[in-house]
Amino acid sequence: MGFFIETLIGGLMAGMLYSLVALGFVLIFKASGVFNFAQGAMVLFAALAMARFSSWANAALGGDSLFLANLIAFVGAGMVMFIVAWVIERLVLRNLVNQEGATLLMATLGITYVLEGVGQTLFGSEIYNIDVGMPKDPVIMFESLFEGGILINKEDFIAALIAAILVGVLTLFFQKTPIGRALRAVADDHQAALSIGIPLNRIWVIVWCVAGVVALVAGIIWGSKLGVQFSLATVAMRALPVVILGGLTSVPGAIVGGLIIGVGEKLSEVYLGPYVGGGIEIWFAYMLALVFLLFRPQGLFGEKIIDRV
Amino acid sequence: MSRKIGDVILDLQNISLRFGGVKALTDISFNVREHEVRAIIGPNGAGKSSMLNVINGVYHPQDGKILFRGQERKKMEPHMAAVQGISRTFQNIALFKGMSVLDNIMTGRTLKMKSNLLMQALWIGPARNEEIEHRRKVEEVIDFLEIQHIRKTPVGRLPYGLQKRVDLGRALAMEPQILLLDEPMAGMNVEEKQDMCRFILDVNDQFGTTIVLIEHDMGVVMDISDRVVVLDYGKKIGDGMPDDVRSNPEVIKAYLGVGH
Repeated sequence: MGFFIETLIGGLMAGMLYSLVALGFVLIFKASGVFNFAQGAMVLFAALAMARFSSWANAALGGDSLFLANLIAFVGAGMVMFIVAWVIERLVLRNLVNQEGATLLMATLGITYVLEGVGQTLFGSEIYNIDVGMPKDPVIMFESLFEGGILINKEDFIAALIAAILVGVLTLFFQKTPIGRALRAVADDHQAALSIGIPLNRIWVIVWCVAGVVALVAGIIWGSKLGVQFSLATVAMRALPVVILGGLTSVPGAIVGGLIIGVGEKLSEVYLGPYVGGGIEIWFAYMLALVFLLFRPQGLFGEKIIDRV
Repeated sequence: MSRKIGDVILDLQNISLRFGGVKALTDISFNVREHEVRAIIGPNGAGKSSMLNVINGVYHPQDGKILFRGQERKKMEPHMAAVQGISRTFQNIALFKGMSVLDNIMTGRTLKMKSNLLMQALWIGPARNEEIEHRRKVEEVIDFLEIQHIRKTPVGRLPYGLQKRVDLGRALAMEPQILLLDEPMAGMNVEEKQDMCRFILDVNDQFGTTIVLIEHDMGVVMDISDRVVVLDYGKKIGDGMPDDVRSNPEVIKAYLGVGH
């Protein structure tokens, strides 16, 4: 029992991190109807900026205060993501108002390559570390309840906590504030949003900024776990099934989808793995996504689109 | 009626609009007076929607001048029309499908929100009080359009006639000076058409809103408009009181064909 719960908790925490990346997809899709292929590249770009700024700031401060260096780096990287958002809106999206979804998708594919290229040109292509002082040692909890207690990775726990807070804040932002309402309006219909005076361009910059900040947080967490390197961009691909599962238009969907996939991966690996030869973790999410595409293509929480013919 | 028709509020002079080689509008001039109901009619493909989109700033005509309250309007961003007090409804309903009726109409208040973006985002202080104020205004619109019972329903689930009404509600929430209606009666049954006519006349009467509407159903238009412009193949073929227009031989020809 203790082992089961340990696996479950591990899965939930991994799932929270998937949710965080998935959230980036959902935000942009909701607000601009664009499936943003570049989300992974944004995570990489943000993590690269963070890692480099942090080491530069640390060197400039003489290595005295890692916390201060990280704070400066975070603000700096946040500003970089704002500039990225602004440039994307200015050069790409503004010219593609009211275009087909496929056109916009291809545009984001282009943005992916530009971001990856520019990121590595600016910040170099070595493997960097992000050290935000996350505790690496695992702790054992509930020793009184279960034999041997439950092993929890502190780093994962803190990461999951941060992700959960961010998700909560964004949900409130979207559902309750006038800006959130304007964002949803733009997502539904560009023409109509313009006709009531919502400035489309400004809204898009805001959304891509928010998605940039989400990418930054995801980049820091994943980067401090795995190191900042090119493969970080593929983290986004791991979040794709999450989005399919939860529904592209739903913030809560991104969270629940992430949790289901995190837990599913870990549990299936441990309990089904021995029978089918292991390695389930790698393809489990995609299989689940496939099943959903067949039977419930709008995802768990997505809006079912019914068109008047 | 208590309302009285005022001065010219919108003056279109020699408007021509081309898409590549296609002439959508050719040398069209007409004006709209304050507080009147002005209709633009014409058969399919006459250029009615193009005309509306020119007024609304979606299309920019190659030739001609647009004067709004006596001032010439330069090339403008589409959302600027809303800022100037021109709101519109759509021929193919363009509501925000995922949102409730209430939220849809609330979006119409966007421009009236005064608190800054940061306050709105954080949902604090003045922003909060302001939201309550706007909500009251929106409830008035909801009462006016008699859609209290569907306030919380997502618009995607409503029947067509009601969706049209919500579309009108969103435009009204902006408290516009000019309201542009793109085929407000299209696709409706007789009862829905009568309701819509009543709402249009009430808006005009109670709020003094200037209304420009497009229709191709002649009968309805003649009953509710003060003056009518008739377009055919992108040209103006008639302009005047409904009765004058009805007896204009060119209009009859355009609607019924030659030889009748």
